[in-house]
This record gives sequence, C-alpha cells and structure tokens, in this order.
Amino acid sequence: MFVRMIRGAFARQWKKMLMIAFTVALGTSLAAAMLSVMMDIGDKVNQELKTYGANITVVPKETSIVSDLYDVEDGGSQTAYLNEDDLGKVMTIFWAFNIVDYAPIVDVPARLDDGSGVTVVGTWFNHHMDLPTGQTLDAGIASLRSWWSVTEGNWIDEQADGYTENDAMFGKAIAEKLGVKAGDTVHVKGSKKEADLRVAGIFDAGGEEDDQIFTALDTAQALDDMDGKVGSIEVSALTTPDNELAEKAAKDPGALTVDQYETWYCTAYASSIAYQLQEVIENSVAAPVRQVADSEGNILEKTQLLMVLITILSMIGAALGIMNLVTASVMERSKEIGLLKALGAQNGAITGLVLTEVLLTAVAGGAAGFLGGFGFAQIIGHTVFGSSITIRPMVIPIVAVLVIVMTLLGSLPAIRMLMRLEPAEVLHGRQ
Amino acid sequence: MSLLELKDVSKIYGDLHALDHVNMKVEKGEWVAIMGPSGSGKSTMMNIIGCMDTPTEGQVLLDGRDISKVSKKEQTIIRRDKIGLIFQQFYLVNYLTALENVMTAQYYHSVPDEKEAMEALERVGLADRAHHLPSQLSGGEQQRVCVARALINYPEIVLADEPTGNLDEANETIVMDLFRQLHEQGTTLIVVTHDPEVAQTAQRALVLRDGHFTKETVNNNFTGVIHYND
Repeated sequence: MFVRMIRGAFARQWKKMLMIAFTVALGTSLAAAMLSVMMDIGDKVNQELKTYGANITVVPKETSIVSDLYDVEDGGSQTAYLNEDDLGKVMTIFWAFNIVDYAPIVDVPARLDDGSGVTVVGTWFNHHMDLPTGQTLDAGIASLRSWWSVTEGNWIDEQADGYTENDAMFGKAIAEKLGVKAGDTVHVKGSKKEADLRVAGIFDAGGEEDDQIFTALDTAQALDDMDGKVGSIEVSALTTPDNELAEKAAKDPGALTVDQYETWYCTAYASSIAYQLQEVIENSVAAPVRQVADSEGNILEKTQLLMVLITILSMIGAALGIMNLVTASVMERSKEIGLLKALGAQNGAITGLVLTEVLLTAVAGGAAGFLGGFGFAQIIGHTVFGSSITIRPMVIPIVAVLVIVMTLLGSLPAIRMLMRLEPAEVLHGRQ
Repeated sequence: MSLLELKDVSKIYGDLHALDHVNMKVEKGEWVAIMGPSGSGKSTMMNIIGCMDTPTEGQVLLDGRDISKVSKKEQTIIRRDKIGLIFQQFYLVNYLTALENVMTAQYYHSVPDEKEAMEALERVGLADRAHHLPSQLSGGEQQRVCVARALINYPEIVLADEPTGNLDEANETIVMDLFRQLHEQGTTLIVVTHDPEVAQTAQRALVLRDGHFTKETVNNNFTGVIHYND
C-alpha cells in the first residue's frame, strides 16, 4: 500500500517532483564539481607550480654556511660538492613517491676558442631511472625547467637514438654571441679537458642561464676533473601546504615534541621532505624554496576555501529551493493529508510518506547532479588546469550525505506544517 | 450503558459558543440524525464525536471511556479503531483507485487486504468500478466508495456529515438504502444533515440551533426508507 501511495503521489505530482529533482541536481552538481576539484586541486596546483621549478634545493653543507654567513645566493667559487653517488638516495626517502622530478647541477668554468669564459652546467635532461620499488622515473631539467622556451632545435632527449653526452643546450645569449645554430659544434676548454659540444637546442630562459651551456653531467665534470661531484640538486616534490607546525619544524626540528615530530615527519611538508633528503645525502643542507612553497600553500588554501564556500552556498540554495517546493506540495495536499489523519494515520506515518517521496526524488536528482558535477569538474579541470579532474571515491559519500542533509533540512518546515495540520480544519472547518 | 454519551459538552471559540452545554445519548445499533441550519454547530458536533476535536467543557463518553481529554495521538487511534467517517465532499485520494482508497483505511488500521476491500466495494455495488480513479466515478459512486471505506474496519459508529449533500435524488436513494442496510446489520449511525427528508429517515432526529438541541423527534414509523415530499 505504501508503495502504491508513493507511486500514485509521483504520478500525480510529477511536475513538482521534477522541480525538486532539478533543484537537488543543481545543488549537487555544483557541490560534486567543487568537491572533486577541491580534492584534486592539491595535485593540480602542485603540477601547475612545477612549471615554476624546483621547490627544494640540496646544497653542500659548507656552501650553505657561506651563503648564510654572507647572505648571498652564490658564495663565489664553489669549493664543496655533493657526491654523485648519493643522487639515487633521493628516491629512498619516506616521501619518495611525492618526488616528481629532480636534477643534479654542477657549474664548471670553461673557455671558448676566443678566450672568453663561459659556464658549462652539467645536469640531467631526462635521465631514466629504474627504481628499486619497480617504478621508473625520467628526471631532469627538461621538465623541471619547462618554462624555458626552446627557440631552435629541441630539448635533449637522453633516451633518443642519436643522443651523445656531448649534446648541449645553449642559452640564447651565448648562442647569439657565438653565432651558432642547432647542429653546430662549439669547442670548449676546461682546466683539465676539452670537449666539442653539439648544439642540440637553443633556449630562452629569460635569466642568467641564457649565458650558459647545459650538457651531460659526465661531460661537464670531465672538463674540470670533477668526476662524481655535484654542486647542488634541485628537487620538485608534491607537498602539503605549510602550517604552524611546518613553520616551527622548518626553523628547528629539534624544538618539536615527539608527537609533533612524528606528525611533521609523516606529512609531506616541504620542510619534512627537505629534512629527509638531508638525512640521506651526505654533508648536505636541503631547504625549501620558500617562495614556491608559500605560493603553493596560499593558492591551495584560498582556492579550497572558495570551493568550500561555493559548496556550502549551493547546498543552502538548494535547501531553500526544496523548502519552497516541499512546503507548496504539502499545502497543495493538505486535504489529502487531513483525510489520511482522519482515517487514522499518525504523524509519523504521513511524515514517512512525504519524506520517502522527497528523498527518492532527491536521490534521483542527486545522482543526475553528481553525473553533471563530474562533467562540470572536467570542464573546470580542462579550462583551468588543462587536464582531467580525478574523481575521488570519497566525493560520493560526502555528496550523498550532503544531499540527504540538504533534503531533510529543506523538508523540515513542510514536515512541521504537516504535523500541525488538523483533519477537522482541513476537512470541514471548526464549525 | 450508551455507546456514545455527551455530558454537558460546550465548545467555545472566544465569545462564540459553538456548542453550549449539549447532552446526548446514542445507543448501540441506533440511527440518529442531527439536524440544523448552517452555523448551528453541526460540524463542531461532528468533529467532537468523530474525535477530531475536543470539547472546551464537558465529557464525551465512547463505550464508557471519556475521550474529551485525550491526546491527539490517542484521538487518532480512537478514530482509526472505532469511527467510520463519511464526508459530504467524499474526500477520496484522487491518485488511488476506488479499491486502493478502501485499502488505505485498512493500511492505517492494520493490514491491507485486497480481497476484503473488494468485498466492501461489492456491498456498495461497486465491484466493477474497483479499479477506477475517483475522477472516473460519479458523485454517487464516490460516496459509495466512502461508505465502503468507512465500514472496512468494522467501526462502532459510522459518522456521516451531509452524506447526500452533493448527490442527486437517485444517488441519494442509493446511499440512504445503504445506510438502512447497515442499520439492519446493527451498525450505529449518526448522520449530520440539514435535509429534513434525510433526517426523517433516521430512528431519532435531534435539531441543533445556536449550539443547543432544541427539538428531538422519534420516528415511530421508522422504516429506514427515505420519502420525498412533493
């Protein structure tokens, strides 16, 4: 009988039910889209910010001390180096899965044929690594400095068939000075060895790199007899926005309590990842690049806050819509409700009937809204981030709970009205 | 002990005494008509007897139990278990068929039984219209569905409010004939009406005016058959 009554009510009030479903669908689609984007935005923003380069740098301890003492970025001629053998250890830290890219850097002074000086930078371009975990990683500056514009030739591909260790990327300024183009060869002379570097590509970095030549790590090291030495490591990692704990730890991890230390160590803060890098790389100091880390945190926090607000507002809007529609429906059915009460229906039975109708409608609207929200999230993903938004399974129960809460809250005034409805009043008045 | 007894019942709205110290007794199996013009207090009386309202003063005893001070929840239970209601405007759920409308009363009372509901419709001569919606039934047929619905739970009292008010003469005769059959089967009937011809059909007619019973007529020639005055 209950089912027959529900079915009958749907058949009779399908227009109103459709309106309720549409209202729920609108609210749900917006909430689902915002929640999906919000939950995926961390990775998206991180990926976006990767274009701004590494967010952690690892330098030899001595270099760091000189920089700190004299407050300079470059402490002059580098005397201390990291060990090239430690490069693989980067991927052994607790947060190895969060490291998306890294590259060693070694600056080697050299001379050109005209006697002028030039810095030859040894690095990885897209160095292939098979990790002990079974994963593979192509790390290097090709993706780490993706904002460089290659104006001629191409980025060096270390996996390409024709690749040799004498391939080099020339900065725009040095290429213009030498009058070279892609495919030409440039002779450089280090203090220990000479090399003929082939111009694989010319880039425009818009900075001091435009005066430099980037080539394979081994080639650069050989020029100055620096085998196995690395000047610094640039690391790009997916990080959690800093909070008070992270800021406190960044100043001095020793100041943390045991619990705080565990929380900090097991959270992907830039400072905790840097700390762990420092642990595995001998005689090193790793530090977050504050500007990038801060930007990540700020953008994430503000964007997520905005999305939470939009979600809440969409839910409130939908609840108000439901409130009007369900109240109108109950008013329209007041004689029917009065009759059911006159026949012996208790308030609970009628409330159950009306709520079942509304909740079934809301579930249908919510399902449609969720699918719509998924599509909406993809539009946001492609428009803003240029990639798809991954729908996290967690979004489904959250949206389901929101739909139920929104529907119940929206139905409350109508339920109160329904419960106060007197059969005598609606059926034949007091007199 | 009377089945229904009103003792000094008043219903007061502000300065208005819709019912003013009314006394009434209805015996089990009796057919009583309550007559009166518009505004006389008939609907208030119907609401109080039908357990849809409570009096401001006095006692209403149904089967010996005072129902004048019960809670709304208890009122609903009494209505469900003891009273069958028939309304002038029929009040059928318009998206349910005749059969389902009868079953609705069963559903809120105990368990819906389609066979029993169909038998109730047969008793009012509507078995062939059981699967029709109210909009597909005539006024008389709708009122007969209401009668079937009122009887389905075997109430102690059938309370009819202007049951023929919206019917033509032919349908009025059919409905009144049904009432006669119910009376013969021992059902207690209270019919609220403003129509003297309907009132005269009952065993006893009480005239209500300005909240008081002003006249009581006992029908010595009671047959339960309606007679129309030319």
